[in-house]
Amino acid sequence: MATDSIKKTLGVAIGVCLICSVLVSIAFVQLKPIQDKNKELDKLKNILLAGGIETGENADIKAVYEKNIQPVIVDLKSGDIVTDPDERIKPENFDIEALAKDPAYSSVIPSDKDLADIKRHPDKMIIYNVIDPDGSGEIIKRIFPMYGRGLWSTMYGLLALDKNMRTIRGFTFYKHEETPGLGGEVDNPKWKGLWKDKTAFDISGDEVNLKIEVIKGVVLKERPEAKSQIDGLSGSTLTTRGINNLVRFWLGHDGKEWGSTGYGPYIKKLIDNLKGNDNE
Amino acid sequence: MSRLKKTLFDPILNDNPIMLGVLGICSALAVTSKLETSLVMSLAVIFVLAFSNLAVSIIRDHIPGSIRIIVEMTIIASLVIIADQLIKAYFYDVSKQLSVYVGLIITNCIIMGRAEAYALKNPPGMSFIDGIGNGLGYAFVLVAVGFVRELFGSGKLLGYTVLPLTTDGGWYVSNGMLLLPASAFFLIGFLIWFTRTIKKDQIEKGQ
Repeated sequence: MATDSIKKTLGVAIGVCLICSVLVSIAFVQLKPIQDKNKELDKLKNILLAGGIETGENADIKAVYEKNIQPVIVDLKSGDIVTDPDERIKPENFDIEALAKDPAYSSVIPSDKDLADIKRHPDKMIIYNVIDPDGSGEIIKRIFPMYGRGLWSTMYGLLALDKNMRTIRGFTFYKHEETPGLGGEVDNPKWKGLWKDKTAFDISGDEVNLKIEVIKGVVLKERPEAKSQIDGLSGSTLTTRGINNLVRFWLGHDGKEWGSTGYGPYIKKLIDNLKGNDNE
Repeated sequence: MSRLKKTLFDPILNDNPIMLGVLGICSALAVTSKLETSLVMSLAVIFVLAFSNLAVSIIRDHIPGSIRIIVEMTIIASLVIIADQLIKAYFYDVSKQLSVYVGLIITNCIIMGRAEAYALKNPPGMSFIDGIGNGLGYAFVLVAVGFVRELFGSGKLLGYTVLPLTTDGGWYVSNGMLLLPASAFFLIGFLIWFTRTIKKDQIEKGQ
């Protein structure tokens, strides 16, 4: 049969497509479980990292996670904990990116309040409580997932706040596509270390002030506001501004006043609870 | 034996696809900011190139002229997807940094070029060797560029600190330029200049 006959052409085309599709399918199906496991482990590793929980070189990440972390689902609008989350928003299935796109599970942020420039966010978010490993079950830190626009990409991070609701215990980005060496320096352990023990909220009586900010340039250590300021990344003004905005948005500031956006309502309740305890 | 050696090793210095053909530049710029990503990318390209050459060569007498390119692309695309899936499964951290560039191997001219120029005319065994050889040639440039960029850009090699940076309390002031993709242009340029100074036969005749 001539190579260029219609029959042969069709035969070769179908044959090649069949063989190729079988090979691709096999690779996909066989490797999917390993890939999913990688993704899961990566996520847990980042949560532990943000919470400042040490994991050894060959530690069983999953076991460490389960011992130290208790996730809860919080309704952002009311600030209440959701006790009976449906399948999509159960902690083990919680996927911020997918939920933010799903109209059934997310809502649009009014543009004048959209400090982080993310258009919409999930109605309910997951918060990872770090519990005291001594077995008492007491919450010692809370890890808040947050995201917002950087220069090139949406940046996804985790911020750990002490149970006193004032002090930041750790901050890390687990996904971003900023310029390596410039904005990408958000991955630099030294820069991440700057966040540790900074003051996020100034709480005095009924007044709550969101203090934390990422400034342009280097923080002057002798100034009183230095304890709640983070050095900007040199050479990346827009990434720096993006980080400042996304942290402040998720901690409840809409650019004008504090309390309504991101975790604002939930944090308000936590601070009120704190006061209740203090009065006892 | 000498023909086998020639097919395998010629593309590294004498007939390098990047340095002589100036092919595959896009990924050579994008993934070489670190040595580790360069290595994994090289492995992926060697894998795709060797097997696409093998597959095209096996069916070279049966490919109808009218759909020749499409058949080649289908084979290459399938192999790239398989390579991408393998990297995601076994080099997860690297796959996050390589992002779209593994997928873009499909458009790497070296692979299509070798299928057209070699695999269509030669038996499967030699085509496979030719694929590995050209893959090694690509790998040679990537690793060389990745080595220089990671060492002088971030003071590290494969993630281990070699030159402690001033930002971490060391003495080495990093060269930020090397972290940007454009710096690979200069490095590849120097590499081409260097090879052509030694191997005068690579110099193209003036117009």
